[in-house]
Amino acid sequence: MWITRDEFRDIATKGIWKQNTSLVQILGLCPLLAVTTNLVNGVMLSLATLLVMALSNFAVSSLRHFIPYEIRIPVFILIAAALVTVVDLLMNAYLHGLYVVLGIFIPLIITNCIVLARIEAFAAKNPPVQAASDGAMMGVGMLWTLALIGALREILGSGTLFSGIDLVIPGAQPLQLLPADYPGLLLAILPPGAFIVLGCIIAVKNWIDARQAERALKQANPLIAGGCQ
Amino acid sequence: MSTPAEKHALRVSGETALTLVAFIVFFTAFLAWAFLFTKPTIEQSARSEKLAVLNQILPAKLYDNDPLADTLTLPAEPALGTTVPSAVYRARLNSQPSALALDVVAPDGYSGNIRMLAAFNAQGQVIGVRVVEHKETPGLGDYIEPRKDKNKERPWISQFDHVPASLSAQNWHVRKDGGTFDAYAGATVTPRAVIKAIYKAQKFVIANRQALFAREAKDGLAKGQNGR
Repeated sequence: MWITRDEFRDIATKGIWKQNTSLVQILGLCPLLAVTTNLVNGVMLSLATLLVMALSNFAVSSLRHFIPYEIRIPVFILIAAALVTVVDLLMNAYLHGLYVVLGIFIPLIITNCIVLARIEAFAAKNPPVQAASDGAMMGVGMLWTLALIGALREILGSGTLFSGIDLVIPGAQPLQLLPADYPGLLLAILPPGAFIVLGCIIAVKNWIDARQAERALKQANPLIAGGCQ
Repeated sequence: MSTPAEKHALRVSGETALTLVAFIVFFTAFLAWAFLFTKPTIEQSARSEKLAVLNQILPAKLYDNDPLADTLTLPAEPALGTTVPSAVYRARLNSQPSALALDVVAPDGYSGNIRMLAAFNAQGQVIGVRVVEHKETPGLGDYIEPRKDKNKERPWISQFDHVPASLSAQNWHVRKDGGTFDAYAGATVTPRAVIKAIYKAQKFVIANRQALFAREAKDGLAKGQNGR
């Protein structure tokens, strides 16, 4: 019923690093390209996706014994779409400024393959608490990736950080990181900039993973590793 | 006639269909509840959003009525670039017409429509413009939005705040084309579209200002409120 520490740690490492939605599974690229022109937008769309994934995983997992196998996909989509619509309505009501900025990408969360993928691959086979943790942790993986891409694109593209923060926290001011007369780098703001930044982050992640694997190999068998050099 | 296997298949598909219907009914009800629950707040925030834009272009000293309640619905109007009916918000001071704000669409932006809310005084002169929605290139043409404009003191769009009534048709252009409006280097398609649309809208408002301020819209206002 409940969740053990090890189980949670395993779910968390998979979601945040090993199976990171944007860096490993490369899912949800469309919102990634469109929304990460600044940090705040990237974080807020990720939070909305995180919420949808945790809720839909929880709902599907709780109802999994009542869902006939043959019609599971329509039912999954029905549940996830209903939850996306509710999140859409709530954002429209309580975070209206941000809702206008993110626009179509909130309802489009339902078309993000990662939502259905986690329901089908995890929630349909695991108890509710584990399923909700999986959805949330996959969301956290997406969150830090989109935040990083958004921050890099914003700094390179406009020389600021946290622009649009006043839409979330009224009265808060963005930071001007580069001199005010920084001309801006249009490439970073346009979609190709997102591809380039994403590619660099994936490369760094692979480099870290490769280095760790090499180190683990050396520790396990110093002879082989020594021979390789 | 039918074999037991066929009967079984029929029963299973019937049950499956019923399960699906049950799920649909349940989640539709859930959505209906969420819709009704958020409706008042959404209407409130849409209203305050509109009011916030209005306040930027209609100086508060110009009116003592509620322009959001004193509306008139215009049919699609080529001179304004609108393709669907749009609202005119009328501001009055001591019951005298003082200003109005209406939707203006520039159809020829660099990438698609630029939707604006423009305010005009009782004589039909433009007194303020704000861009409501656009798809201009980020960092290049999007300075028509004050939030994106690097010049925070005097954003580009504020040039419309004090356009002299005597401005000739030739002057309603960017400097580069022989007019009096500034434009940032590198992106002139966007300001050209905005200036042209506002100029056309001003001509329309001057020509129709009697009708636009007419009280006759009292029942239009009632309809407008209940209809929403």
